Amino acid sequence: MTEPALVVPALEVDGLGVVYGGVPAVRNVSLSVRAGEIVGLIGPNGAGKSTTLHAIMGLVPARAGDVRIGGISVRGRSPETIARQGVALVPEGRRLFGELTVAENLELGLAGRRRNGAGGDDLGAVYELFPILADFRARAAGELSGGQQQQLAIARALVAQPTVLLLDEPSLGLAPVVVDLVFSTLQEIRERGLAILLVEQRAQRTVVLADRTYVLANGELRLELTPADAADTDRMVAAYLS
Amino acid sequence: MKAILASGLTDFLSDAVDLQVQVDAIGLGAVFALMAVGIGLVFGVLRLVNFAYGQLIMAGAFALAFASDRGWPVVVGIALCFAVVIVLSLVMERAVFRPLRGQSPAVMLIATFAVAFLLQSIALLWFGSLGKTAASLTELNRPFSVGSVEIRKIAIVAIVTAAVCLALLVLLLNRTSIGLHMRAAALDFQTARLLGVRANRVSAVAVLIAGVLASIVAVLLTVQFPTVTPTFALRETITVLAGVVVGGMTRLLPATLGGFTIGYVSGLLGGALPTAQSQYLPSFVFGLVILVLLVRPGGLFTRGVPLQERV
Repeated sequence: MTEPALVVPALEVDGLGVVYGGVPAVRNVSLSVRAGEIVGLIGPNGAGKSTTLHAIMGLVPARAGDVRIGGISVRGRSPETIARQGVALVPEGRRLFGELTVAENLELGLAGRRRNGAGGDDLGAVYELFPILADFRARAAGELSGGQQQQLAIARALVAQPTVLLLDEPSLGLAPVVVDLVFSTLQEIRERGLAILLVEQRAQRTVVLADRTYVLANGELRLELTPADAADTDRMVAAYLS
Repeated sequence: MKAILASGLTDFLSDAVDLQVQVDAIGLGAVFALMAVGIGLVFGVLRLVNFAYGQLIMAGAFALAFASDRGWPVVVGIALCFAVVIVLSLVMERAVFRPLRGQSPAVMLIATFAVAFLLQSIALLWFGSLGKTAASLTELNRPFSVGSVEIRKIAIVAIVTAAVCLALLVLLLNRTSIGLHMRAAALDFQTARLLGVRANRVSAVAVLIAGVLASIVAVLLTVQFPTVTPTFALRETITVLAGVVVGGMTRLLPATLGGFTIGYVSGLLGGALPTAQSQYLPSFVFGLVILVLLVRPGGLFTRGVPLQERV
C-alpha cells in the first residue's frame, strides 16, 4: 500500500515491541491509521491485540519501536499525557464509573481534551449522537443496560475530541442488535474524520467495516485483509493460523 | 453489689445525657471527623494510609507554640501553622508518596511510619521531650453559661468549623471538575488517567486538602491541649485511624462518620466515666472497635453489597 507523502498519519505504530511478564507479547508491529480510516486488528485470544492498544496508550511500556500521534512521538509518556495528545481508548469491559452518573462519566471525558482544543459546548454533540444518554444523564452508569453502557463508553471517549480512537472489543457480550448499533456508530464516527483502530473478535464484520484489517498472532502481524476478502475471512484466517 | 452497679449505671447514663458532656463529645467527634476526612481523602486517591498525619498536626501545633512563645499575634501564629503544615504535606507528597505510587499498601504504610518517626525525632531534637506551650488561644477553652450549663467555647467552634469544612469539601467534590477527577481517581485510578485525569495533580490536591484540614485540627487541638510535645496528636491519630477503619476505609463518607463516631464515643465515655477510671478509656474504646470489626469487618457505615453492573 502506498501512502500520500504529504499527509502525516494520525497514528503511526512503528516496529512496536512489548514485553509482558518477561515474555514478548508484541513483536515488531507496524501499522498506521489516517484520519477517516478504520483499521481492524483481529486474532486469537492472547495474540497481543489489547497489549498493542495499551502500549499505544502508555499503559504498558514499549520495549522497542515508536508510537507517533500526528507525527509526534509519545513513547514513554504517561497515559494522561497521551490522552491529552488526542488519543482516546474505549477499554475492554468499558471501565465506566458505575456509581457516577452518565453526565459525570461524560464530563470525565473532558479531562482528555487538549487545552487548545476546539472547545464548543461540551456534551451536546455526544448527546446528539447517543440520544439515549441524554435521557439517562442523571442515572448512575451502573444502572444502564450493557448496550447503553457501551454507547456511554464510546461517548465518553468522543467527548475528549480525539483524533485517534482506539476500541478494545466494543461488541463483546452485546446482543446482535446492539452490535449492529455499535458498528454503525463507528461508521458514523469515521465520517467525522477520526482515525479508528478497532480490536475485535468478530472477524468478518471487522473486515467488512475496516479499510484494512490485520491479523495478529503470537504478537506479530501476519496477514492484511481488505473488504474484498470479507467472504473468505474465516477461511483465510484459519488457514493462516494453522 | 448489684445496687452499686445499678446506681453506677444510672449515674453513667445521667452523665451521658448531660448537655455539657454531649456538646464536648460532639466537639471531639467533629475534630476527629476532620482528621478522618484528611486520612480518608488521601487513602481514597492514593490507596495510602498516612500514618504520619498526626505528625503534621504536631508540626502545626509546634508552629502555634513557637509563635505564642515569641508573643506574635494569634493570626500570625495560625498563618504560620497553616504554612508549616501545608509545606510539609506537599514535600511529603512529592518526596515520598509520588515516587511510591502504585507500590503495595504495606510498602506505603511503612514509608509513612518512617516519615512519622522522622518528624517526631526532629521535633524531639528541636523542642525537647517536654515540649512547648501554645498559650495564645487558651481563651477559647473557657466555658460560657447557657442557663445552668457550662459549655466550652472551643466545642462550639470545633463543631461549626467542622460543619463548614465538610460542607465546603462536599461542594468541591461534587461541583468542581477537580472534585470529579478526585472521585474518579478514588474509584479507578487507571481508567481516570487514560481519560486524561492528571495523576500528579489529583494526588497533590488531595494531599493539600488533607494538609489544610490538619492545620485546622492543629489549631483546634492546641486550644484544648496547650502543651505541645513531640507525641502531640499521636494517640488521637491512632484512634481516628481505628475510627476510619470501623466506619469503612474505602469511602469518604463512612470514613468520616467513623471518625466522628469514635470521637463522640470517646468524649461520651470520657465525660461519663468516673475520673478514677478515665485511664481505662482507650481500653473501652478499642474494645468497642474490635467488637464492631468482628461483626462488620467491611465497616459500620458501608452498604452491604457493592453496586453491580447490569449487562
